[in-house]
Amino acid sequence: MTSLTAKDKAVVKDFWGRISAKGEDVGRDALSRMVVVYPQTKTYFAHWKDVSPNSPNVRKHGVTVMNGVADAVGKIDDLKGGLLSLSELHAFTLRVDPANFKILSHCILVVMSIMFPNDFTPEVHVAFDKFLASLALALAEKYR
Amino acid sequence: MVEWSDQERSIINSIFASLDYEDIGPKALSRCLIVYPWTQRYFGGFGNLYNAEAIKTNPMIAAHGIKVLHGLDRAVKNMDNIKATYAELSVMHSEKLHIDPDNFKLLADCLTIVIAAKMGTAFTADIQAAFQKFLSVVVNALGRQYH
Repeated sequence: MTSLTAKDKAVVKDFWGRISAKGEDVGRDALSRMVVVYPQTKTYFAHWKDVSPNSPNVRKHGVTVMNGVADAVGKIDDLKGGLLSLSELHAFTLRVDPANFKILSHCILVVMSIMFPNDFTPEVHVAFDKFLASLALALAEKYR
Repeated sequence: MVEWSDQERSIINSIFASLDYEDIGPKALSRCLIVYPWTQRYFGGFGNLYNAEAIKTNPMIAAHGIKVLHGLDRAVKNMDNIKATYAELSVMHSEKLHIDPDNFKLLADCLTIVIAAKMGTAFTADIQAAFQKFLSVVVNALGRQYH
């Protein structure tokens, strides 16, 4: 959709700075939520015996994904360039349907709203939603 | 027809029984107008929507948010037949209000996020799943009579 304005980037970096210590918790909760609220996403984890929300694999993966988001905040000025290898991973190896990026983004936003109800204002919400959408676009860059 | 488990019914009834419409309605609608600014197209006669602060303090938007939230009451009371319950409202949204039905999902997502903030960790994954299922049935019903 749209590219990030200077204000968007500033808001994202500021909010992330305030919550990054809880980043792993956000990731764990978001992934756990996703497999419950959107059961079709479990198809990507068929190689794990336990795909329940409390499964250590699911929770650990939430941390992995959120570390990717943290990394992207640092590369916010050039997401496409900065996330090139991650895009290749998603395109050629993981082949996650890009529709799922939106699903996980929504879960991340819900968790942020739960954990930081006063900080996750509508202004922060719109900037972070745009950021996650740009991140998703950068991840899908190499798909075709 | 949509199947609801006893647990899902209980979750939906519980959320709406303790819902503060005057608080949640305005927050959900104003968040929608801020996060998805194109939705402002339907509010030309609502006064100052110039920036986030103006939207958040706009009394007409607040009143409308409460009205829209109460619109969900009928679905809560008729969970087994939401489609028929909203047939007339769907016609109105299509023929009188001319709202693009894709926008219903945007408001639903904002409502989810506002309720999540209110309920905190009590908004578990199971509760989120039930709530989102309920909203998606409502959204579907509201778009049903478009032609």
